[in-house]
Amino acid sequence: MSSWWGGVQMGPPDPILGVTEAFKRDTNPKKMNLGVGAYRDDQGKPFVLSCVRKAEAIITSKQLDKEYLPIGGLGEFSKACAELALGADSEVLKSGRNITVQTISGTGSLRIGANFLSRFHGGPLDVYLPKPSWGNHTPIFRDAGMQLKAYRYYDPSTCGFDFKGALDDISKIPEQSVIMLHACAHNPTGVDPRPEQWKEISDIVKKRNLLVFFDMAYQGFASGDIDRDAWAVRYFIEQGHNIVLSQSFAKNMGLYGERVGGFTVVCNDAEEAKRVESQLKILIRPIYSNPPMNGARIAATILNTPDLRSIWLGEVHGMANRIIKMREQLVAGLKKEGSSHNWQHVIDQIGMFCFTGLKPEQVERLTKEFSVYMTKDGRISMAGVTSGNVGYLAQGIHAVTK
Amino acid sequence: MSVFSEVPQAAPVAVFKLSQDFSNDQFPQKVNLGVGAYRTDEGQPWVLPVVKKVEKIIVHDDRLNHEYLPILGLPEFRSSASKIALGDDSPAIQEDRVGAVQCLGGTGALKMGAEFLRRFYNGNNNTKTPVYVSAPTWENHNAVFANAGFDDVRPYKYWDAENRGLDLAGFLGDLESCPEHSIFVLHACAHNPTGTDPTQEQWMQIADIMMRRKLFVFFDSAYQGFASGSLEKDAWAVRYFVSMGFEMFCAQSFSKNFGLYNERVGNLTIVAQDADNLKRILSQMEKIVRTTWSNPPSQGARIVAITLNSPELFSEWKDNVKTMADRVLLMRAQLKAKLQALGTPGTWDHITEQIGMFSFTGLNSKQVEYMVKEKHIYLMASGRINMCGLTTKNIDYVAESIHETVTMVQ
Repeated sequence: MSSWWGGVQMGPPDPILGVTEAFKRDTNPKKMNLGVGAYRDDQGKPFVLSCVRKAEAIITSKQLDKEYLPIGGLGEFSKACAELALGADSEVLKSGRNITVQTISGTGSLRIGANFLSRFHGGPLDVYLPKPSWGNHTPIFRDAGMQLKAYRYYDPSTCGFDFKGALDDISKIPEQSVIMLHACAHNPTGVDPRPEQWKEISDIVKKRNLLVFFDMAYQGFASGDIDRDAWAVRYFIEQGHNIVLSQSFAKNMGLYGERVGGFTVVCNDAEEAKRVESQLKILIRPIYSNPPMNGARIAATILNTPDLRSIWLGEVHGMANRIIKMREQLVAGLKKEGSSHNWQHVIDQIGMFCFTGLKPEQVERLTKEFSVYMTKDGRISMAGVTSGNVGYLAQGIHAVTK
Repeated sequence: MSVFSEVPQAAPVAVFKLSQDFSNDQFPQKVNLGVGAYRTDEGQPWVLPVVKKVEKIIVHDDRLNHEYLPILGLPEFRSSASKIALGDDSPAIQEDRVGAVQCLGGTGALKMGAEFLRRFYNGNNNTKTPVYVSAPTWENHNAVFANAGFDDVRPYKYWDAENRGLDLAGFLGDLESCPEHSIFVLHACAHNPTGTDPTQEQWMQIADIMMRRKLFVFFDSAYQGFASGSLEKDAWAVRYFVSMGFEMFCAQSFSKNFGLYNERVGNLTIVAQDADNLKRILSQMEKIVRTTWSNPPSQGARIVAITLNSPELFSEWKDNVKTMADRVLLMRAQLKAKLQALGTPGTWDHITEQIGMFSFTGLNSKQVEYMVKEKHIYLMASGRINMCGLTTKNIDYVAESIHETVTMVQ
């Protein structure tokens, strides 16, 4: 009997998750998984933040009901989420001209944003991504009905920021197009603009009258300081950009599987924010009706309880510091191995990921000969590096690059 | 100049506006018969005792963390949830042709199924395939399929307002006359909003036509266990269709039967023709999930999986479900008895013949308005009431109010 689905092709495996699959199958005791971006402690184990455990205990003791959240999510979460990004003294918050809704982590936030722009953006439905960008950005915007374009960003010759190329490309973007900016800890390169460079980017974006879409998935995780990591977002708003913003709490609170995120639209005034809010609800309802409570409740409890917030800031700082230390140890290890290459970019880059500069053939050798798993573009997740394996990693990288 | 200055104010979603109005009402005897969530006889939300137990287990298990679930969800949730719908001994499961996608509630499961069908059903990328939803149906069905890209979402005849029952002839007629390959959204049990389900013989007739005319079966199962109190009984239609050999989808919600409303626990069960088809379908489902929410939330799925996979907890859960179903049946019986005792004009058998959380009272929009404005009893403009909003303490007031309304307002 013929099937409805005879013509359905096998979908290609997800490149990032495929790395983990291969890693799992490897029997080498020295194997390292430097693929997916989830934080690991110095023993290579998942890390549940103590502020999260404390928040969970508080929540359990409250014996709350499980009634549906509003479509836009838990109010005390959305408010705290916006404050975290914009700063408690933000004029935007004071005038109530933002709408912030709880979303299904960063992906859900980007998707709602993409759907909203697709339906309501009066300008060209073209989204300009930095080259390269997180792999999932492209299909998210495409599925929402937008076209993808790119601006130069990463300079492979320096493993750094192609500032001139970026400005040059941005200056040519048609007016009212959408430009995606990674707020901090650029994924996958770890290369962030410096403040003076952000200022020039803001100027040219303003000149071109572009709609700015910030993706902030690593606030606190990049430098260890949440205000420092939000600097670009806040600067742009001060400069008059009415941005849209996606936030994720997957990494900075370790709430990965609870799916905690926010989507913000900065509007002209409170009245416009109300109209935008009503339309966001119309978009959300036919996708999942209303968001999940658990993670948002944990995040809200942490952000809104001074003791817990304090602990959290310390733990985020701790995670960021461990990453920074691993960067330093990796470079020191490579020097010790006798590598003649310049590895400064490993220290200059920031956040969870490092664009090593390794070529696909070198990546392949690293995987085959040393059981070090990473994505083909040479990206490694520093979170997977520990003081116990950083020496081995240095050995491997040196072996394939000497 | 704002890019969003032209964004119009959207109308609020009716059922949530109703709850809002109820909240704002100061009348001491107000009653909320609107949104579909279970209430105890004290009118309070009810966290199932088994859920409280399992949450404690989770909080104290140091081995558990908050890592990402796989894209398709928690494996032990997906398989046990599908077993609930199809039965432990389902031949389809034994033949390795049943798979599932953990989704954000029943809504999320419908969404994933709709997105998949729009891409791959009936000639690929076919947005023109008619999607039939019952008249009336849960109001979000239309939006889910329209937003997934289907151009043509239409009603199939279902509710016979005059006789307050199923319009079987109309339903079968639509099945016979619709374009071949049309997609039909069927309510597995406890039809929302009418509470009127086909009998087993009627389901068999429906299945016959759907098989002959190659129509796609998409079940929406949001009340399994909640309708009759028996999981098996409430799954009869779904299992019958599976036994007939359909390739089909079943969107399951655990919001009501587990009381896990805000944790968004749903499952899209996929019955394929064979294991190879299933593998390819699931690989494409992953791509759709990845651009919508990447991977689903873990808390609710864990609670359900732990419960379903432990014999004692499973037993306890079934008891909890029966408690809810029994209270609803009691309220139905009492409401009908009181209306009959009051001599309220009209027949009220439908109150006890209908099944599940909702009842289509038959009140018209003017009468509904009277109920809301004059009696502070909140129900949907369609005349739908949530039986869970009734308690032994307010049922007299509600019965008297219906009596007054029906007598005063035509």
